[in-house]
Amino acid sequence: MRFLKSLRTAGVPAQIGVVVIFIFVFAAVFAPWLAPYGESEVIEPVPWASPEESGTLLGLDQLGRDLYSRLLYGARNTIALAFFITCLAFFMGMVTGFFAATVGRWVDSFLSRIVDIIMAFPTLFFALIVLSIFGTSIPVLVFVIALLDSTRVYRIARALAMDINVMEYVEVARLRGEGLWWIMRREILPNTLTPLLAEFGLRFCFVFLFISNLSFLGIGIQPPSADWGAMVRENGVAITYGIFTPLVPAAAIATLTIAVNLVVDWFQRKTAGLREEY
Amino acid sequence: MGLLRLIARRTFFGLVTLFAITLLISLAIEALPGDFAEQRLGQAATPETVAAIRTQLGLDRPIYIRYFEWLGSFVQGDMGVSLANRRPVAELMQTRLGNTLYLASLSAMVAIPLALFLGIVAALYRESLLDKIISTCTLGAISLPEFFIGYILVALFAVNWQIFPAISNISDSMSFWDKLYVSMLPIVTLTFVIVAHMMRMTRAAIINLMQSPFIEMAQLKGLTRSRIIVHHALPNALSPIINVIVLNMAYLVVGVVVVEVVFIYPGLGLLMVDSVRARDLPLVQACILIFGATYILLNMLADILAIIANPRMRHPR
Repeated sequence: MRFLKSLRTAGVPAQIGVVVIFIFVFAAVFAPWLAPYGESEVIEPVPWASPEESGTLLGLDQLGRDLYSRLLYGARNTIALAFFITCLAFFMGMVTGFFAATVGRWVDSFLSRIVDIIMAFPTLFFALIVLSIFGTSIPVLVFVIALLDSTRVYRIARALAMDINVMEYVEVARLRGEGLWWIMRREILPNTLTPLLAEFGLRFCFVFLFISNLSFLGIGIQPPSADWGAMVRENGVAITYGIFTPLVPAAAIATLTIAVNLVVDWFQRKTAGLREEY
Repeated sequence: MGLLRLIARRTFFGLVTLFAITLLISLAIEALPGDFAEQRLGQAATPETVAAIRTQLGLDRPIYIRYFEWLGSFVQGDMGVSLANRRPVAELMQTRLGNTLYLASLSAMVAIPLALFLGIVAALYRESLLDKIISTCTLGAISLPEFFIGYILVALFAVNWQIFPAISNISDSMSFWDKLYVSMLPIVTLTFVIVAHMMRMTRAAIINLMQSPFIEMAQLKGLTRSRIIVHHALPNALSPIINVIVLNMAYLVVGVVVVEVVFIYPGLGLLMVDSVRARDLPLVQACILIFGATYILLNMLADILAIIANPRMRHPR
């Protein structure tokens, strides 16, 4: 309720963003009921049949499957996966970041050096190495992206926790004899939640684009699962015949990233007063 | 002192990263089922012949010795043999590397002046209509995946107006202008992506600069706007601008991979992605090391140039 109230004063861009995200999530959740055809159901073996020829909303894809249905299932696969990976990355990054900040000493320097080493290298290349060693499968994909992304979360979580760690109330909790986990969860987490929430939106965008890029390169989510990046790849050739099928999933990716960015932008401005410089 | 320490630190982390990666890949090759000797003999692989080939190729020695041998020959330019077609990796990469450098350097030559110009204009006329238009466009371009921009350009320029080819089948025998014509769309796509990032960073850096106390002082002294910009802002803007340029060149290294796949441009990035899909590890390793080393070098260069342009950073407090 409070969210809806503050949204009324948020300005048009953020409202558009929220509406778009809501539509996409709705489509993702109810994909099996909204989609007129199955995820990999071939309607007619006519590649790239137009909407009029096939009697579907957006026409058919390269194997004669309904583009609209695949778009809905793609929303389900891609958004759910990106969300799960972002959550995992935040869990890993926050736990290690808070841990490094509260314990300090060699644990901090050790973890920070490892993160330095990982961050000295572009994420795409890291992902390419790991995927070429272990082959492309969803668990490998999830773990690699979450690990790479958690280094960014680690940096921010650590910096935020450092500031909280020197507060008197943390000192009091320590003297009271509270354990490390209790301090991380009850003292540090609540005080770092707002800036981390804004970061969550940004990291989600990054993960989402990253999965799409990998799928587009043919090493992300594998067919026949519908995925927006993979759909762009599979239909890519069509564009040279003047068929705009690959632009549809690409536009879906773009719309969702812009929408999330708009909301994050508003959220950051709203909480600017609360935010520490880091 | 600060400069030397920073270079040493950066070089160290860069080398450790590259080293760790080669080690990781070598261990992975070792762990994969089936080895080179068995594959090469195929049907004729009896235990005796396999052992003979292994001794002949030196595969019977421990992995760490072979790893350092590999490292030694790699440093000397011998990058091993592709698993897929048994051709030397160096030979496969030679023309591809040239093509990628061609694409990246042309894009950089267009993107850098354009981005700096737009960024500085947007920062100086902050909150004006022009700034808002430029900033909205670049925010859009950043949120879009590279392949989306690429396909939109194809749809417009290759399909709708049929000016440029959709597939950049570049080859060495082409003249300079033919090459430029064929690779026009990848260059424009890459320029778009780089300009968006670089322009935003330039704008932020200049705005940050224009808010610093010494600029305010110059304004309060009553200096003209042009004098403030030329005499006070520009010399100090050099360091952030250099930093922005080099950081984006590092970004270019990553962006070029996706763009090459969109346009099936025969560069190193396409080769790398293809070999990842084929799990051709020696080839992946060589590509990654070249891309990675370039990336690390550029990042280091950004730091060093920034310190040279801004002597204050030589004495960290």
